[in-house]
Amino acid sequence: MNKNTFETWLPKLVVTPAFVLGFAFIYGLMLWNGILSVTASRMLPNYEWAGLAQYERLWEMDRWWVALKNLGIFGVGYVGGSLAIGVVLAVLLDQKIRAEGALRTIYLYPMALSFVVTGTAWKWLLNPGLGIEKMVRDWGFPNFEFGWLVDTEMAIYCVVIAGIWQSAGFAMALFLAGLRGIDDSIIKAAQVDGASLPRIYWRIVLPALRPVFFSTLMVLSHLAIKSFDLVMALTAGGPGFATDVPATFMYTMSFSRGQIGLGAASATMMLATVAALVIPYLYSELRTKAHDR
Amino acid sequence: MASSLDIAGINKRFGKGDKSVEVLRKVDIHVAPGEFLILVGPSGCGKSTLLNIIAGLDEPTEGEIRIGGKNVVGMPPRDRDIAMVFQSYALYPTLSVADNIGFALEMRKMPKAERQKRIDEVAAMLQISHLLDRRPSQLSGGQRQRVAMGRALARQPQLFLFDEPLSNLDAKLRVEMRAEIKRLHQASGITSVYVTHDQVEAMTLGSRIAVMKGGVVQQLGTPDEIYNRPANTYVATFIGSPTMNLLRGGVQAAGQFGIEGASLPLAPPTSTPEMLLGVRPEHLQMRDDAPWRGTVSVVEPTGPDTYVMVDTAAGNVTLRTDAQTRVQPGDHVGLAVEPANAHWFNAKTEERVA
Amino acid sequence: MTAKPSLLPSVGRFLVYAVLALATAFFLLPLYAMLVTSFKDAEEIRSTSLLALPGSLNWSAWGTAWQSACTGVDCNGLRPFFMNSVAMAVPAVLISTVWGAVNGYVLSLWKFRGSDVLFGLLLFGVFMPFQVVLLPMSQVLGWLGLSSSITGLVLVHCLAGLAGTTLFFRNYYAAIPKELVNAARMDGASFFQIFWRIVLPLSTPIVMVTLIWQFTNIWNDFLFGVVFSGTDSKPVTVGLNNLANTSSSVKAYNVDMAAAIIAGLPTMVIYVLAGKFFVRGLTAGAVKG
Repeated sequence: MNKNTFETWLPKLVVTPAFVLGFAFIYGLMLWNGILSVTASRMLPNYEWAGLAQYERLWEMDRWWVALKNLGIFGVGYVGGSLAIGVVLAVLLDQKIRAEGALRTIYLYPMALSFVVTGTAWKWLLNPGLGIEKMVRDWGFPNFEFGWLVDTEMAIYCVVIAGIWQSAGFAMALFLAGLRGIDDSIIKAAQVDGASLPRIYWRIVLPALRPVFFSTLMVLSHLAIKSFDLVMALTAGGPGFATDVPATFMYTMSFSRGQIGLGAASATMMLATVAALVIPYLYSELRTKAHDR
Repeated sequence: MASSLDIAGINKRFGKGDKSVEVLRKVDIHVAPGEFLILVGPSGCGKSTLLNIIAGLDEPTEGEIRIGGKNVVGMPPRDRDIAMVFQSYALYPTLSVADNIGFALEMRKMPKAERQKRIDEVAAMLQISHLLDRRPSQLSGGQRQRVAMGRALARQPQLFLFDEPLSNLDAKLRVEMRAEIKRLHQASGITSVYVTHDQVEAMTLGSRIAVMKGGVVQQLGTPDEIYNRPANTYVATFIGSPTMNLLRGGVQAAGQFGIEGASLPLAPPTSTPEMLLGVRPEHLQMRDDAPWRGTVSVVEPTGPDTYVMVDTAAGNVTLRTDAQTRVQPGDHVGLAVEPANAHWFNAKTEERVA
Repeated sequence: MTAKPSLLPSVGRFLVYAVLALATAFFLLPLYAMLVTSFKDAEEIRSTSLLALPGSLNWSAWGTAWQSACTGVDCNGLRPFFMNSVAMAVPAVLISTVWGAVNGYVLSLWKFRGSDVLFGLLLFGVFMPFQVVLLPMSQVLGWLGLSSSITGLVLVHCLAGLAGTTLFFRNYYAAIPKELVNAARMDGASFFQIFWRIVLPLSTPIVMVTLIWQFTNIWNDFLFGVVFSGTDSKPVTVGLNNLANTSSSVKAYNVDMAAAIIAGLPTMVIYVLAGKFFVRGLTAGAVKG
């Protein structure tokens, strides 16, 4: 009995560090963060119980509401825009285009860049005095205005544009893979039945992309909630805190304003949002897999 | 050196309590040194599980496996000195044929020169010497099979295990490889356990056969015993193609066995209220004067023989006759069987009666 | 499966190409503008259009960006940050990839009771917002004495990447038939010998995907870089951000652009050279195990 147990416990031993450290990192720290959020911590951790005081403060802050509103705008714009452009580009590229490979490479390269690089580049492009605004004026439209970047109301849309630029190619790549996975014979059958091309796409192809659509939606939403780099690089949360998002809010509160408890509370809210998104999705995925068996 | 193999009281259960599933139940088989034992049965009968337990890839819930008298339960596979040929061959894809064959020897730290010698010997025996530098992906199915066997042969183990090695080959190749395996076993003399679902393989390869169903050994015996004295209706119908005809009936009077619509001049050695009479197709004869009558429904010429299916009141039966027969569908025929060729089973227990 | 046979009339095709051309312009515009600006001098930037080519290739902005631009208090350009990124990314990528490979190997070919459940729990690490570990992790790094160091960053990246790399390898190895492992066990190979001789040689594609995926994520990371680094350990993303946001009186846009390109160059080069592995990583990442 002894010799065989070596072979049985060696694999377990090998993965133990991964599980121990992994769970400590994920769940342990998550829990700790939760604890911090119910303490009166400010500059330094202070484990004096504060109940939900930090959360109350959080929800009373204008800045937090601005951050949430921006997350909504950015989320819808970024995810919606990337999905829309992604699916359009995928459908177009599926039409037996010459230079398809080159075009795919061009649409996807922004994903290889850091959000900081993207933010820096777009900051330049959207520069009121020297960027696109100036370019269009030089083309003969002296009254063209494009000062969104420094406009409190519109700045968040700049983040949306930059974000779409970064991720639309990713959505396209996923949709394209999905399109390629559709059985040709269904399309041919539809053609024989006399359906026109737009109809084929609308009634057959797009519905078949639903699973890809949902998983892409999931990944993009998740990226949207986490987006920190892009905002910091493009606007640093400004002007003022007009483009603050929960991620930048959390960073500022925790590391610049010495409000650790508040920062922890905001982080917990972010976690809750992600969980609310991910758990139902995973649940439905697991259920469909069980169904298929 | 051939070793004996004892499978003693092996039970294998999955799950606990009420929800447990018994995959193997009280399996007891003694394999003499050099013997070729076949485990045959339908999918799910437990034969592969038993093989894995012998190999050490799985553990029994109870019981012992003794190789050369020594209990190996609890020992990891590498210490049991067993070689196995898998259904999918399981050749190492990134190694050459030579390295595949020599892998186990390498693991045992055999020096390179000696290893190469052994590889060459085995390759010559299996006629694959010209393939030594190739990768498995470059070989045909039959060639891969040979390499898998070479890998096992190179080990010179105490025991050979075969897990349905011929299932993935086409019919013609299967017949060739079957003969090959038999030849190699005769040359090496190593004790072997061979799992298959194919009864033809079982009958041609084995020195003894264990027919399994539902985790229980239904009968353990030589091919002759299994074929001519099946222990129950399951074994009787599993071995032999077309299957044995089974007819329900009871003793009517001394020397008369009554089946639906006829009374046959046969007497079972002992009798129970309900009995099954078993007759193999080759033993069922067409005789004009026989009391048991029926109508021919289908005639299937197969070349050397012809199978004739007859509808009778007692059921549909199949008989085998030679190709010269002139029988046509629709003909009325009489059926008879010699008393010596009758098999008798208790209809309730399905066991052979005496 | 290849693209569908063309069903479009020529007007349709023209439209398709037009839209694609527009998209191409949209995606290439920033890169082009960055390149072009980086070669202009300050005067040219003010006077010419965003898209106009520079009069001549002026490399001075590049030199400044690399060596002498100001990034807050110091004015040593991006070079120190770039080196920090290299020192951080190389170990982090290698360690997390190897760790993921070994874990994936166990979780696919040496499963034990509860291993699938544990793996499922680990998967949450792929989704979680890292904001939630920032505060506690700073404490932990403080206790370990790794607060503002590159080693600390490497540690964080390895822990953060654990779930993802394990996922990649585990899914890949799941396609290896268990019979292969059984055959090796019967031949006397040990747990590690099987990994080294049989499984690893089969792993080239997934190793490539994981290395590229990890490198891209780690090199491009900003969040951990800005929270966990100290004066001497800031990665290039932080350096770039500082450089582009310094509130000095005269903004040198050409330097900013050159710096951005320098910061983005490694991942871009990898993307161009090994793009298909990059795509595989992306699509694998979106399809959970």
